[in-house]
Amino acid sequence: MSDPELSLVHTLLLVFAGIAGTLLVASVIGLILRARLPEGRTNPVIANLNARINAWWIMVLLLAAAFWAGNTAVIVLFAFISFQALREYISVTHTRRGDHRALLWCFFFFLPLQYGLIGIGWYGLFSILIPVYAFLLLPISATLGADTTRFLERAAKVQWGLMICVYCLSHVPALLALDIADFEGRNLQLIVFLLLTVQSSDVFQYVWGKLLGRHKLAPEISPSKTLEGLLGGILTSTAVGAALWWITPFAWWQAALIALTINVLGFFGGFVLSAIKRDRGLKDWGNMIEGHGGMLDRVDSVSFSAPIFFHIVRYWWG
Amino acid sequence: MFDKALAAAFCGFIKMLTGARAIWRDAGPEMRARVYYANHRSHGDFLIVWALLPPALRVVTRPVAGADYWLRGRVRRILIKRVFRGVLIDRHVKRGDDPIGVMCAPLAAGESLIVFPEGTRNQGDGLLPFKPGIHHLAEKRPETEFVPVWIENLGRALPKGGMLAVPLLCSVTFGAPLTLKPGERRADFLARCRNALLSLDPAEQ
Repeated sequence: MSDPELSLVHTLLLVFAGIAGTLLVASVIGLILRARLPEGRTNPVIANLNARINAWWIMVLLLAAAFWAGNTAVIVLFAFISFQALREYISVTHTRRGDHRALLWCFFFFLPLQYGLIGIGWYGLFSILIPVYAFLLLPISATLGADTTRFLERAAKVQWGLMICVYCLSHVPALLALDIADFEGRNLQLIVFLLLTVQSSDVFQYVWGKLLGRHKLAPEISPSKTLEGLLGGILTSTAVGAALWWITPFAWWQAALIALTINVLGFFGGFVLSAIKRDRGLKDWGNMIEGHGGMLDRVDSVSFSAPIFFHIVRYWWG
Repeated sequence: MFDKALAAAFCGFIKMLTGARAIWRDAGPEMRARVYYANHRSHGDFLIVWALLPPALRVVTRPVAGADYWLRGRVRRILIKRVFRGVLIDRHVKRGDDPIGVMCAPLAAGESLIVFPEGTRNQGDGLLPFKPGIHHLAEKRPETEFVPVWIENLGRALPKGGMLAVPLLCSVTFGAPLTLKPGERRADFLARCRNALLSLDPAEQ
């Protein structure tokens, strides 16, 4: 390899050209489906499909812009994603007056600090900041509110929200801080691999579910998930992961195994967060991303797969 | 002109800060004299209801506010009188005051009001008991529609005594309008209004 910087740019250009090409095909299919509808008729599934595809364009362009601007921009982008996800989560979670300070700590101290630690690459502290320090400090802060009504429940909700929305998601940009032999300066490609695999799994589960879905998986948790969608989605995006081995430090079969692992985790991430939504009587976490729902609807799978992916890479390659 | 621009800026600012959206759950917005009555947990309550009304309705909707607070200081006085066009009521009623008459005047002119019948900011869940003011209004102007408005999360974002706001996403839910039934007793009317508002609380569902 001649110049790692140059080959990073080259690789990213190739990958993003591939994504843009795929989205272009999707957009054309969406337009054809809409054009084939009888005059004056609309179909909610097709309208939602087109809204989703348009939102994908925006999300991919934002991600590409952040990659182009460099590591700091990627960290800031994910800090913003965490902020929005935590905002959606806390907005629908019942807390009381006494939790006000604990919530302020979450948004204005732990979230920025977590991403700041990733920015300076202090692994020792960012890996324990939330599970140790925040988990002790937040209940202390809540007790100072002198309100014991449903105390355990309230403390658990705030901690769990910080865990999913900030700690777990922050492992995406944390990949930038890993030292991997013969892979210097190319860690962005690990983020591409993770996001592309997990998000394509969501997309393929949706596509296979719509095309072949017969058997509902767990209607009480997620009415739209089907067995056919699950199997088709996970297998297809495992193939996507394997086909991306050349942008990673993995061999093709390792890439396939890792992709399978993070896809299964990603699926259960969506599943667990759906259960929380049902418990709160909601369909979506928010309405920020047209067609998809809220930020948390889009990143639920990433939040479960990112820490595991991080640790797999760190243990065997770091 | 300047007042209008400032009002629009305040509305835009609070909408952006809170990500707030209006949910017309049971009936649509309508151009007629109405009393919007809402739960009260935060200083920003009147502003968020006002901001989320469609602009055409907002210009003829006036928040009822405490004169003792809003007349202290020049900036506040200009804001409440010219920008928000508040209807000022002295909360410590003196002999000769007629707060109900003051509130009826805009209704008679076809304008709407925003009121908080709990009378003070609630620091717990649910609703405090209602003050009888909205019943007096209904007796004076029985054709007036009372629209329950549930403000979700603003009180949690910025509670009484809090200095910093938690950036929660807020929502404002408008329910079906009520009117005073002939011969309805005060306690019954207040209870009916209060239950209609409580039924909009997501925590109750």
